[in-house]
Amino acid sequence: MSDQLEIAIIACMVSSACVLPGVFLVLRRVALMSDAISHAILLGIVAMFFWTKNLQSLWLMAGATGAGILTVMLTEALINSRKLKKDAAIGLVFPLFFSLGVLGITMFAGNIHIDTDAVLLGEIAFAPFNRLVINGIDVGPMAMWMIGVTLVINASLVTLFYKELKLMTFDSALGKALGFSQALIHYGLMTMVSITSVAAFDAVGSILVVALMITPAATAYLLTQRLPVMIGIGLAVGILASLLGYTAAYFLDASIAGCIAATTGIMFILALIFSPHHGLLMKFLLKQHQKQEFAAKMLVVQLLSHENTSLEDQENTVDHLEKHMNWHPEFAKKITQFALNERLISHSNGLLKLTELGRETAKAALRM
Amino acid sequence: MNIVIDYTIWIMMIGTAVLGCVSGALGSFAVLRKQSLLGDAISHAALPGIGIAFLITQSKSANILLLGAFTAGLIGSILVMLIVKNTVIKEDSALGIILSVFFGIGLVILTMIQKMPNASQSGLTTFLFGSAATILKDDIQTMAIIGAIAIIILMMFWKQFKLISFDPHFAATQSIPVKKMEILLTILMVAAIVIGLQTVGVVLMSAMVIAPAASARQWTNRLGKMVIISALFGAVSGIVGVAISASYPKVPTGPIIVIVMSVIVVISLMLGSAQGLLWEKVRKK
Repeated sequence: MSDQLEIAIIACMVSSACVLPGVFLVLRRVALMSDAISHAILLGIVAMFFWTKNLQSLWLMAGATGAGILTVMLTEALINSRKLKKDAAIGLVFPLFFSLGVLGITMFAGNIHIDTDAVLLGEIAFAPFNRLVINGIDVGPMAMWMIGVTLVINASLVTLFYKELKLMTFDSALGKALGFSQALIHYGLMTMVSITSVAAFDAVGSILVVALMITPAATAYLLTQRLPVMIGIGLAVGILASLLGYTAAYFLDASIAGCIAATTGIMFILALIFSPHHGLLMKFLLKQHQKQEFAAKMLVVQLLSHENTSLEDQENTVDHLEKHMNWHPEFAKKITQFALNERLISHSNGLLKLTELGRETAKAALRM
Repeated sequence: MNIVIDYTIWIMMIGTAVLGCVSGALGSFAVLRKQSLLGDAISHAALPGIGIAFLITQSKSANILLLGAFTAGLIGSILVMLIVKNTVIKEDSALGIILSVFFGIGLVILTMIQKMPNASQSGLTTFLFGSAATILKDDIQTMAIIGAIAIIILMMFWKQFKLISFDPHFAATQSIPVKKMEILLTILMVAAIVIGLQTVGVVLMSAMVIAPAASARQWTNRLGKMVIISALFGAVSGIVGVAISASYPKVPTGPIIVIVMSVIVVISLMLGSAQGLLWEKVRKK
């Protein structure tokens, strides 16, 4: 496999692994815990490194995951003490952990290869250099295996506990009444986020982890209201953003992680504008349509009230609408056209006549 | 530890003290309005602004970079408000999206700049973790001026800010333009954050906003006192942080200041006279 293909595959795996817990983070309104955890794991990595003096060990991963869970526990403890609100509690714990991590690296680790930039930003381009060799056989990049295992873990956890996650996310009161533990689900999810952040940070850095956990899931949330569909769209958006972002990075000769994060943002904006349910464009069109529909109703009511009266010849003309309804000529023309298209009125010799449908509509509007 | 307080360190200390004051004072409102994490989003969102400002002007002048950071930070925070208002996306996700996507864009721009022939490599790391050592006398002037303006505006609209923070509905009935006041407060916060980026860095700037205010909250139940105590805590941790980081080479300033602040938070949580654990115990007896 070429390096480029390997990088592309790793990027897709990372995004899939991130989207799975990400969907639930977004729905449960704890999206920023991914930011907290992905920063806090640095302390775990540094602490374990000083203890084991080994950058490759599984202990490092265990330590990092532990630091992630410890962050969650401390944050929860602060919230439960009722001395701080949730947002402040989150914002206090992880900067401390991250600071201690950075301090550890700069103070004691001048000669080892942990780079604070790398933790934050990641460098997926280097991922293919670090190979996993078993019995002398090269079985692929280390990162691919780490993230692959994480992806499998996440996929099995979400599949196994799908019902529980869904129930506790959408109706935790019912879930509690049925005997499920909110804390267990919360910590389970947070552990998943920790493991994923640890596996992914090496390749993509903590900020991209946040981008991939939140943005594809939020994009999917704009497009659907069904959980399985949301997971599906989230995965698709994540993978597409990874491939497009990687391609963009190649041509711009810029940070791959940055390009992927930026691409997820572009996809979010597209969904924001064009989403069939919540999209800004849809909302705008709907508003325009409602405006026309309302004006057309006004029009038919006006026509009805003057129908078959002596003043019909003067009142029920397009010109008169401008005066009587205080409409702009352009608008009057547009609404007349709209009403004609909807077969509410007919037009003859400058005189507007109600059709049967128009008469019904006007009467219905008056009854309301 | 041997601190030789020479001219440069004085400059650094004054700079971080001003910074701590401003972010502490404005942070009080952020914490009370449950918007602590907006600071995190703003500071990350500022990064592309720095890069774009450099690309356009080809200048490394701190003022121009600050202006870019301010613009990007403001756009980011307005986008957060718009997303929350117009979609099903909740505030936490909106903050996360803006934070990570803007930071990603910033990264793209900065990595492109680094590959340009006339750019030096140092800029990026400075803005990520901050370095008080890069503060010059001119920078302090800028910080002080922007900080002073922010504090003056804060005092001018004190009543309005207080009311919209505690009871926005009542504020609306008193014909206070709540939305405009919220935006003004956000602008002040963006200014406070942006002037700290160079010293504390993008990643940890949010702690400068939250920690002093969260500590101050433990000592008082009155807004006026909270803002003053918070500004004081901010200034003290800035000065102590610089003193420590200046006495060791290679130690970035941002993390040290955050650690000092966290110590103040812990002490306040324990001993704070308004909410502290200790007094809670005493009162129960």
